[in-house]
Amino acid sequence: MRDLDPFIHFEAISKVFGTVTVVDALDFHVARGEFVSLLGPSGSGKTTLLMMLAGFEAPSGGRIHVDGRRVEHLPPYKREMGVVFQNYALFPHMTIAENVGFPLKMRGVARAEREAKVKRALDLVRLRHLADRRPSQLSGGQQQRIALSRALVYEPKVVLMDEPLSALDKQLREHMQLEIRALHRELGLTVIFVTHDQGEALTMSDRVAVLNRGKIEQFDTPSGLYDRPRTRFVAEFIGETNLLAGRVAQRQGEAATVVLASGGSVTCDRAGPFETDSEVMVSVRPEMLHLVPDAAAPNALPVTVEDHVYHGDHIRLHLAFGESRLVARAGRRDAAPPIGSTAFASFAPGDCALVAP
Amino acid sequence: MSSVSRPGGAAFNAVRLAFAALAVAFLLLPLVAILPLAFTDSVFLVYPISGPSLRWFGALAESQAWTRAIVNSLIIGSGATVVATVVGTLAALGLRRELLPFSGLLRSVFLLPMVVPAVVLGVGMQILYARMGLASSYLGVIIAHAVLCVPFVLVNVASALASIDPALERAAASLGASPVKVFRGVTLPLAMPGILTGAVFAFATSLDEVVITLFVAGPNQTTLARQMFSSLRENISPAIAAAAFIIMILTFALLLAVKGASLLQGLRKKQRVQPSEA
Ligand SMILES: Nc1ncnc2c1ncn2[C@@H]1O[C@H](COP(=O)(O)OP(=O)(O)OP(=O)(O)O)[C@@H](O)[C@H]1O
Ligand SMILES: [Mg+2]
Repeated sequence: MRDLDPFIHFEAISKVFGTVTVVDALDFHVARGEFVSLLGPSGSGKTTLLMMLAGFEAPSGGRIHVDGRRVEHLPPYKREMGVVFQNYALFPHMTIAENVGFPLKMRGVARAEREAKVKRALDLVRLRHLADRRPSQLSGGQQQRIALSRALVYEPKVVLMDEPLSALDKQLREHMQLEIRALHRELGLTVIFVTHDQGEALTMSDRVAVLNRGKIEQFDTPSGLYDRPRTRFVAEFIGETNLLAGRVAQRQGEAATVVLASGGSVTCDRAGPFETDSEVMVSVRPEMLHLVPDAAAPNALPVTVEDHVYHGDHIRLHLAFGESRLVARAGRRDAAPPIGSTAFASFAPGDCALVAP
Repeated sequence: MSSVSRPGGAAFNAVRLAFAALAVAFLLLPLVAILPLAFTDSVFLVYPISGPSLRWFGALAESQAWTRAIVNSLIIGSGATVVATVVGTLAALGLRRELLPFSGLLRSVFLLPMVVPAVVLGVGMQILYARMGLASSYLGVIIAHAVLCVPFVLVNVASALASIDPALERAAASLGASPVKVFRGVTLPLAMPGILTGAVFAFATSLDEVVITLFVAGPNQTTLARQMFSSLRENISPAIAAAAFIIMILTFALLLAVKGASLLQGLRKKQRVQPSEA
């Protein structure tokens, strides 16, 4: 359904700096009211993509449509996008109220209406009492909220945020994550949010585009990315995973049997596009791997327990499976098998994904 | 804190303090030497001073040459300051992003008057002005002084501009400000302290300029500094000390005005803050 309303549409969009292709012919769209994160390692092109949408970088190729209009030729001040910068970029020579009122002033909104709107925008982030202060008199979290309220006050079509929370400490960051999500819901905003923190992307977004070297590895819902990674990069970048090298021995409809390089074979319910005989990696999340005493369980791999590490809410078991090392996550009440003992690590055929090696 | 915890920190601090005191003394002693002489009663420019008196200020006020020189200095100083501030600020803005080809070279050209000997500039200008009909005119002297003052403005404004976070201007643009509005609303106000400092430097430079003035100014444009210079050769009277005192006062007044303005701004900020804290 979302795909029927491509509010923002990137069409074969590229950016080349000198000889380096930083954004490589991307095609994707964002629906109205959607919260989309751009997630990727440093240098993957997230900021560049966002800056092309905001109008600060000209694409080297391709088109950008917003609400059915092409925008590549529009200067930033005509794009009607609220941008929240990493270091907030509040004007130091203006009060908080003047900062928030700035976009309204630029649009020629009359004073009385402006003041009313500024008050409402400040109420949105619960900082009306700071209206007369200067940015330098605010804490990082407060500045962040003012930047947000300034980007929202003129009701822009889209809100773009480039790592807006990266300068905050963990607790404040989590609080702001909830606050931004709540604003997104309340105001029906379309948000594009850049981050290199996968936890942040998973908790906040409707969909996440995982970027790697200027290409989208996978554009999916958070659970889609976590449970059904389509590439090795995504499997490794999102959360933690065990990768088992092998070869597809047989396909049964959607499912496949994979012969593992370390010995034995496993079945996987979602084999994706891989044909018989193709080399693959089986990705299994640590919490999907269970220790069982006998080989009768599905996908049981003979392992030796090498170590267990206490993590408060869970215990991590380090296992040796032939040449490879596996990690399993056990509940704190599960009896941890003694170090050096042998057992079987098992996972359900529905709890794994095949990715290219 | 760190210097105290270092071994020998106290001794090092003492040396530093002594050095700073020496430097300050070196800078201020000439002023201390000349200024009291402005209040002497005697007709000679020598110590000891005989009785405090304002007779030499009176002499300045009565002498047409001196009053004329003071007025000239104010006219030429203000004119040169305005011209240099506008030109220097525009130059700093133009050279800011290094968008122009040869912007490094261009920058050096603007800074040239700081290093070229004033005599060379003076001779060059005299020849040029003779051709252009600017010799012995106020406009000519103002332009000549402005040329000397532009580097001071350029340097101050450039460093003010360099300290502006480019994200601020981007933010303004994304919030709907056209380039002109970004400049008026963000860039200019943030660069203003640098521009004002540059203007003060420009005025002080013009006030104290002698060499080029000797080449390009006619008898009608004699400035205070020039008048001091020539009267020094004719008769060394304490009137010179009085004139020096006036130059000092003018410069200090200007500095105070700028400082006061920024202080006042800070005060206003604080006042605006208070209600919200109550
Ligand atoms: N103006 C520029 N000129 C040349 N190269 C650039 C320019 N801007 C960005 N790059 C390069 O493009 C690549 C992508 O940069 P970008 O800032 O988009 O990455 P990012 O995904 O936002 O990374 P980070 O997480 O570190 O912010 C980097 O390798 C960077 O060096
Ligand atoms: Mg970035």
